[in-house]
Amino acid sequence: MTAATAHQTAGPYWHLIDFPEWADLLRAGGPNEGIPGPRITLTGRITDGAGAAAPDAMVEIWQADAAGSYEPPFHGFGRCAADADGVFHFTTLRPGSVPGLGNASQAPHIVLAIFARGLMKHLVTRAYFAGEPRNAEDPLLAAAGPRAGTLIAKETAPGSWRLDIVLQGDGETVFLDV
Amino acid sequence: MPDTQPPAYRRPAPATQPAYDSPAYGSTHLRHPKAPLLRMPHTLSEVTGPRMSQGAYPAEADMTRLPNGRVVMGERIIIGGRVLDEDGRPVPGAMLEVWQANAAGRYNHPRDTHDVPLDPDFTGRARVFADAEGRYSLTTIRPGAYPWRNHHNAWRPVHVHFSLFGAGFAQRLITQMYFPGDPLLALDPVFQATPDAAARDRLVAKFDLGLTVPEHALGYRFDIVLRGAAATPFEDAGHDDEGH
Repeated sequence: MTAATAHQTAGPYWHLIDFPEWADLLRAGGPNEGIPGPRITLTGRITDGAGAAAPDAMVEIWQADAAGSYEPPFHGFGRCAADADGVFHFTTLRPGSVPGLGNASQAPHIVLAIFARGLMKHLVTRAYFAGEPRNAEDPLLAAAGPRAGTLIAKETAPGSWRLDIVLQGDGETVFLDV
Repeated sequence: MPDTQPPAYRRPAPATQPAYDSPAYGSTHLRHPKAPLLRMPHTLSEVTGPRMSQGAYPAEADMTRLPNGRVVMGERIIIGGRVLDEDGRPVPGAMLEVWQANAAGRYNHPRDTHDVPLDPDFTGRARVFADAEGRYSLTTIRPGAYPWRNHHNAWRPVHVHFSLFGAGFAQRLITQMYFPGDPLLALDPVFQATPDAAARDRLVAKFDLGLTVPEHALGYRFDIVLRGAAATPFEDAGHDDEGH
């Protein structure tokens, strides 16, 4: 057995693999054109332990379709570069709830992976949806305890969701040891 | 447990991965989480992942030949190897995204202002897929070393960035490939952040005469290992298995 290859930082020049259209999962001509479901946007700002923006960050998402399936045809993957103010912005479908372990189910959520200079390995977290009744039974939100709020996006306008990411310090986002 | 749930992935072997808090690498100071990460059992959200097809993500295996017919400046090399899991099984269909500086040590990126020439048409990126045996190959030029501001007289060793998508999103990997014999490796806080010497050594490509093409290009072998399945599905869910 050989241990998995060590992660190394994506560094500040990862934009050579940035394709800005990937941030819109519903784009015309893209893999999800015509797939039904509630259209949403997910936006957030990434800040460091001094409250400064992380303008070099890259965010990837992975999510189920509106019925809670990770299987094709929906391709629930996106990538977005943070802008000069550390803000990312995805257009996608609101996912359904997905099976958990055993008989549990998981509240609707989007997995986020954050890459940046200064991150030796990407950070993984999730965006849940405020007001979603199934949040109350979600095993991960329960495990996050008093910090679970850092995983719950707020609806700032109909269909527009916001979840800021705090890498370090006050209000630090719950990151997952996957 | 329903049969539809694939097995969980194995946790990292001790010391084979760098810590988020790696003080010698200055950019980690304000960016590493201070709270412990929340250990979670793997669910469908971790063991599934995007299927990257060549139809939707076209392969570009040669960084040296430009659409305008020009050939980029630099020492042409071939990088090849296999994408395997921790049990030595191939990861067929894995997508590899590759990016790098040019031969002078400068990225085709607006934030890179290193005072050496840009090769105007060199994008410095490639995309390839592992075949049924996990094999991949690409053609590029050997990049240059370049300075950075981490500490006085800091230079990054020559490296090529690799981004991989396996079967599950929990296998997602971004790493860097280094070159054998580079004296900067001993001084580099990014490379040195991985405590285990054997794990560091696996980030260093090996010169490979078998991959070398006569009259054309030197070959370097770089095998990449993605996380394997845990021995028993979900056996480590919720347990702290450090030290086992």
